[in-house]
Amino acid sequence: MSIEVNHISFRYGPRQALKDVSFKLTEGGFHGLLGPNGAGKSTLFALMTRLYALQQGEITIHDQSIRKQPAQIMRRLGVVFQQSTLDLDLTVKQNLLYHASLHGISAREAAPRIEQELTRMEMMDRANDKVRGLNGGHRRRVEIARALLHQPNILLLDEPTVGLDPQTRRALNQHVRKLCAEDNLTALWATHLMEEIKPDDPVILLHKGEVMVDGQASRLLELANETDLTEAFHSLTGTKEVA
Amino acid sequence: MTLSSSWHCFKGILVREFLRFVQQRSRFLSALIRPLLWLIVFAAGFRAALGIAIIEPYETYITYEVYIAPGLCCMILLFNGMQSSLSMVYDREMGSMRVLLMSPLPRPYLLLCKMVATALISLTQVYAFLVIALLVEVEPPLIGYLTVLPALMLVAMMLSSLGLLLSTRIKQLENFAGVMNFVIFPMFFLSSALYPLWKMQEASEWLYWLCQVNPFTHAVELVRYALYSQLNTDALIITAGATLLFSAVAVTGFSPQKGNGRG
Repeated sequence: MSIEVNHISFRYGPRQALKDVSFKLTEGGFHGLLGPNGAGKSTLFALMTRLYALQQGEITIHDQSIRKQPAQIMRRLGVVFQQSTLDLDLTVKQNLLYHASLHGISAREAAPRIEQELTRMEMMDRANDKVRGLNGGHRRRVEIARALLHQPNILLLDEPTVGLDPQTRRALNQHVRKLCAEDNLTALWATHLMEEIKPDDPVILLHKGEVMVDGQASRLLELANETDLTEAFHSLTGTKEVA
Repeated sequence: MTLSSSWHCFKGILVREFLRFVQQRSRFLSALIRPLLWLIVFAAGFRAALGIAIIEPYETYITYEVYIAPGLCCMILLFNGMQSSLSMVYDREMGSMRVLLMSPLPRPYLLLCKMVATALISLTQVYAFLVIALLVEVEPPLIGYLTVLPALMLVAMMLSSLGLLLSTRIKQLENFAGVMNFVIFPMFFLSSALYPLWKMQEASEWLYWLCQVNPFTHAVELVRYALYSQLNTDALIITAGATLLFSAVAVTGFSPQKGNGRG
């Protein structure tokens, strides 16, 4: 299930957020979308999920155009947004049922899928708890379970670990890697935290709205002449690490 | 889009709206307090100042409370329609809007489902209001409670589509205070909700003219007649026409792309 982003440019009024961005993701596996804050990652996600209309360029998923066949594409995409989009006053299960219904899945059909995904995320015992009572890490797990309910081939995660402690961040990252291995899922994980990326991960580094690196994460080390990914990232993007 | 998937989608949106409504009981109560203040307090003070002759659809002299009840039903729909449409686009609900738009079903259909679901929830508030209104002797015929249902539904749809249209077209109306001053109050006061239009005509011809072109006036009249099991055809045509127009413009012009994006 390849994803192709071809010559995407996007402006917010006078501000150019993305400039001639092109890359291709091969089927299956964990991919990193790297970039400091403001690099254009969220804008790219908004375009890939049709929240923003394309201004220039094209996005195709398995040769289907996001402009021409949006419904087919949305069926294949699971998305975890940067900000939580769960309904806090509803239970975990109610949130998931709502999502299933938006994909035209009946409650009866959704029930076993919900059980399966929540079990996989080790959240089944919280199914009837209100989301408000869950901690940040658990909410994120529910959001990943939700994104997988309609059995997409592609999972987009926009900085899913923002605001989480290091331990939870690591666990969530491992969860998604496991999903990629088990289900041949293609995941695109946006982040500016290099500890979430392994040297052999395929990555795209966005900087000031342009693609700076498209290749294995270890390429960052070569380009920056560093031995540590975090150092290399900061050196290439001219940013300093904030603890 | 198959019939069954669109049905499951509508059902899901409706269930969610209902669950949220049940969760937010305080919102339900505050939505009721507003029209009840008008009905019980304002009408008591105002009834002496305003004598109402026998006008259609009423068959006899009526109290002021009876006169303003249909307008207050529409007021509930007006507030709810505006509030939910605006919050749908701008407020903290932005997150839930994203979830809604992740659906592979066509966006116009999703927005329509959302509007119908909101309208159905609003109707429960209107009926709760009508039950309490019995205490001040607003007693339409029993069948009226049934015949008013489609009228209320149409008006609710008209107002929520207007809300959606305004929220997507006019950037300045982001906060609810702006909407109160520039949409809700003018619509409500420049209508037949609180006074018959002939009274307005006596006071000022141009104000009367403004009331006449206000679709809310016709919505109120549609509900007023329907509550007494009568059909006001003119009001129906205008309200239905306005609903179609507002929905078409709102849905075709809808774009979630608002505000400044972030990196």
